[in-house]
Amino acid sequence: MIKAVMMMNTQGKPRLAKFYDYLPVEKQQELIRGVFSVLCSRPENVSNFLEIDSLFGPDSRLVYKHYATLYFVLVFDGSENELAMLDLIQVLVETLDKCFSNVCELDIVFNYSKMHAVLDEIVFGGQVLETSSVEVMKAVEEISKLEAASNSISLVPKSVSGWRGR
Amino acid sequence: MVKDLCKTTGSMSSSTSLMDNLFQRSLEDLIKGFRLQLLGESAFISRALDEIRREIKVTDPSTKSTALHKLTYLAALHGVDMSWAAFHAVEVVSSSRFQQKRIGYQAITQSFNDQTSVLLLITNQVRKDLNSANKYEKSVGVVLRVFEKYPDAVNVCFKRLVENLQSSDPQILSAVVGLFCELAAKDPTSCLPLAPEFYKILLDSRNNWVLIKVLKIFAKLASIEPRLGKKVAEPICEHMRRSVAKSLVFECIRTVVSSLSDHEAAVKLAVAKIREFLVEDDPNLKYLGLHALSIVSSKHLWAVLENKEAVVKALSDEDPNVKLEALHLLMSMVNEDNVSEMSRILMNYALKSDPVFCNEIISSVLSSCSRDVYEIIVDFDWYLSLLGEMARIPHCQRGEEIEHQMVDIGVRVRDARPQLVRVSCALLIDPALLGNLFLHPILAAAAWVSGEYIEFSKNPYETVEALLQPRTDLLPPSIRAIYIHSAFKLLVFCLKSYLSAEEPTSSSLSQESSFGSSPMNAFTHESILNLVNVMELGLGPLFGTYDVEVQERVKNVLGFIGMIKQEIAEKVNPQDNETEAYRVTAFMDDVFSEELGPVSATAQDKVCVPDGLELKENLRDLEEICGESDSVSYTDKISFSVSKLRIRDEQEASSSSSHPPEGAAAASLLEHRKRHGMYYLTSQKDERNSNGTPSDYPLANELANELSLDSFNPKRKPSKARPVVVKLDEGDESRIAPKAEKNPETVNGDESLSRAIQTALLAKNKGKELEEEESSRIENHESSEKTKRKKKKKKKKNEERSSKDKSRRQGEVASVSEQVIIPDFLL
Repeated sequence: MIKAVMMMNTQGKPRLAKFYDYLPVEKQQELIRGVFSVLCSRPENVSNFLEIDSLFGPDSRLVYKHYATLYFVLVFDGSENELAMLDLIQVLVETLDKCFSNVCELDIVFNYSKMHAVLDEIVFGGQVLETSSVEVMKAVEEISKLEAASNSISLVPKSVSGWRGR
Repeated sequence: MVKDLCKTTGSMSSSTSLMDNLFQRSLEDLIKGFRLQLLGESAFISRALDEIRREIKVTDPSTKSTALHKLTYLAALHGVDMSWAAFHAVEVVSSSRFQQKRIGYQAITQSFNDQTSVLLLITNQVRKDLNSANKYEKSVGVVLRVFEKYPDAVNVCFKRLVENLQSSDPQILSAVVGLFCELAAKDPTSCLPLAPEFYKILLDSRNNWVLIKVLKIFAKLASIEPRLGKKVAEPICEHMRRSVAKSLVFECIRTVVSSLSDHEAAVKLAVAKIREFLVEDDPNLKYLGLHALSIVSSKHLWAVLENKEAVVKALSDEDPNVKLEALHLLMSMVNEDNVSEMSRILMNYALKSDPVFCNEIISSVLSSCSRDVYEIIVDFDWYLSLLGEMARIPHCQRGEEIEHQMVDIGVRVRDARPQLVRVSCALLIDPALLGNLFLHPILAAAAWVSGEYIEFSKNPYETVEALLQPRTDLLPPSIRAIYIHSAFKLLVFCLKSYLSAEEPTSSSLSQESSFGSSPMNAFTHESILNLVNVMELGLGPLFGTYDVEVQERVKNVLGFIGMIKQEIAEKVNPQDNETEAYRVTAFMDDVFSEELGPVSATAQDKVCVPDGLELKENLRDLEEICGESDSVSYTDKISFSVSKLRIRDEQEASSSSSHPPEGAAAASLLEHRKRHGMYYLTSQKDERNSNGTPSDYPLANELANELSLDSFNPKRKPSKARPVVVKLDEGDESRIAPKAEKNPETVNGDESLSRAIQTALLAKNKGKELEEEESSRIENHESSEKTKRKKKKKKKKNEERSSKDKSRRQGEVASVSEQVIIPDFLL
């Protein structure tokens, strides 16, 4: 199963972190830092795998991909295939690209909940659910619609920004 | 302006929910604020947290959920603790609005664990929400987690899951196969009866994701049911030939090399595919190819040898992963025939590699050469030279390992000692090594070796000069002490040889020119006198060193020189056995000539604790009994480092016995020994004196006779006889890391899970009767659960119940295991 999904920028700032086994927050932060310290030392154009037994325990593997200013990281165990996980990162990035049309780091920073919606459609409880970005997009749009519907009942603006925008 | 408003709302303790709602910052505001803040990150977070704590208590659900959303964000990305908000998360989940529900669930998945006290509160909510949702795959994901925690649940839906294995909906199939893959990884036996279903998927499916999972399942199943291998080998090969998806091909390769390694045709095809991976430009494929090769290497070494060139080439890859994998592979190929060639290649790579990889190479050469007490080393002279070379590699940081091996070989392999002394002497002379902190342990070993096995030295004078060279002040005092002590041994040896030489006078003078050929006769009066002077000169300045260890050694040597110098200088007849110098020298030589043997790591365990010896008692009480003897800190010095222990033991033995205790301190030491003898370890010397047996451990030469049969492998080539290597019991291999023990709790969990699955399978086969019984059992559980309200009580009850269940289940398991049904298609 998949143990964790992380996105962090090239400065090591986490942009999204999801652990599928419960971990205390301190441990999560420690792992994110640990992964980044290895990632940032790796040259370009080398393999996308990391040996991370020291961080995540035996039989854990890690694949990552580096896009522009972001690292996409998947941590998983022996029940997943390394190359398939690389493809999954590709699926995730493709979906985000469709979502935000030409995704960049700022999109991910400012759309925290949408990011989770996308991720939850692809990976759920550590299991891969959907590998087609079209299907994922459909589901995410449906969720946004449902959210909008549930919000429209409320007449009071939800936030200061909304209030100022009026 | 906004900030001011927030402040005012904050200051109004009785603010209305409407006000809170109006001026609440959303997650978006928080994120934006974060990027603009000037406070510093932690100050900003703590201010935001204050806000959240206030907002989350408000009754208005949307304010509450927004606050929770912000908290979830801070917890995930900034490591803020959110366990305190568990109850609020439950509140938010129960909201009727979809968006708020989502926020609630996200918070729960992120922060809840088994210990979360409100966990029970959400179960009902989840049940309700799942009823309305119609996403099957998601519920499968949930099912797995439920199985892990509550094995009883298996009975409820296992049948449904098995049916879904035949589903035509690719999504459902993928989800179910994924679930079974996880189950098979935890307990393959329980999935074995489903093999026919999986086999059908293997043949029919064209979905790579599903196929990969099925392959993983078969990899697990084939390892417990060898007959399966024959059945699945051909379809797997078919996929390997046909598929263009590298992920599927790699999974086929891995399945074959790890679980079907007896099927020759399949292995051959897999190795051919591995070769394709190795020559690819894609570093990922190269890495995975090497990885697969390392799996296959344990059973089919030919596969590695066939690809040796590619592997060696990968050593200079720019990817550290690829390099490491190649290194491991090369080490797996090493045997006694090619060890020198491989080491040569690796040393060349070590010289040009970056420091990290260089030391990785050195470590793996050291560990594979020393495996099983140097099993693959035939030519120890060569190996010792290699150790010497390693010390001279600029990046070398493995001093401690090399130190250990040098001392270890010295102690174990008698025939290697002359070469060991040669190598050590060369290391000591090299002034460049003294400056490298990482090499100091090697120098310590070299110094000890050249003192201990001085009889093999070609040129003791040179060694003494090396030991006393001024640059030794770069060494830490503990190693310097070893240097001085070794010089002491050298001096005693030279004096002894000089004093007991057969024909000293004129003939020895002429032999000085051919010094080195036979050192025993080469000690002339002049050279000895010179040696004594060199030592006095070299050690004199150290007399006032601050370090007590160094100072003590220096005083020992200088004291000894003081005793003999007069008589030596007076040119007394060396043969005169009556002189003081002869007596002292003979005594010291006696002390040093005791040979040291290897000590088994388990030696201490074999010593029985004598009756009446209190090991747990606090020794501080002794102070009251013998107040004045607390100056003796003898026990403090006992070191447990194995390699050092040998050296130190030796030193202590010599220093304590070489200088007969003098004065009051010595008297009190003796007194202490007498009174509290049971706290002292029996010294070897005493034992030898009392009953004539040499020592606790078998000496190298004695063991040699016993072990020569074992240590010589019959297949070994007779061309060069391997020297005898002393090997003790199995405890000798102390340095292997202990295997991590499985956590007993998780084992229990898995066991109960697999039991439940087996039971479910049995139920499926046996028919309804059992199912009914199962369900009634579950009902019983539920009803009993309802009656217990208080948590503590419940917990206790649970334990009782589970133990009851266990015994009952065990009964069932016994019957299950008897009739684990191997599907017909195998036979």
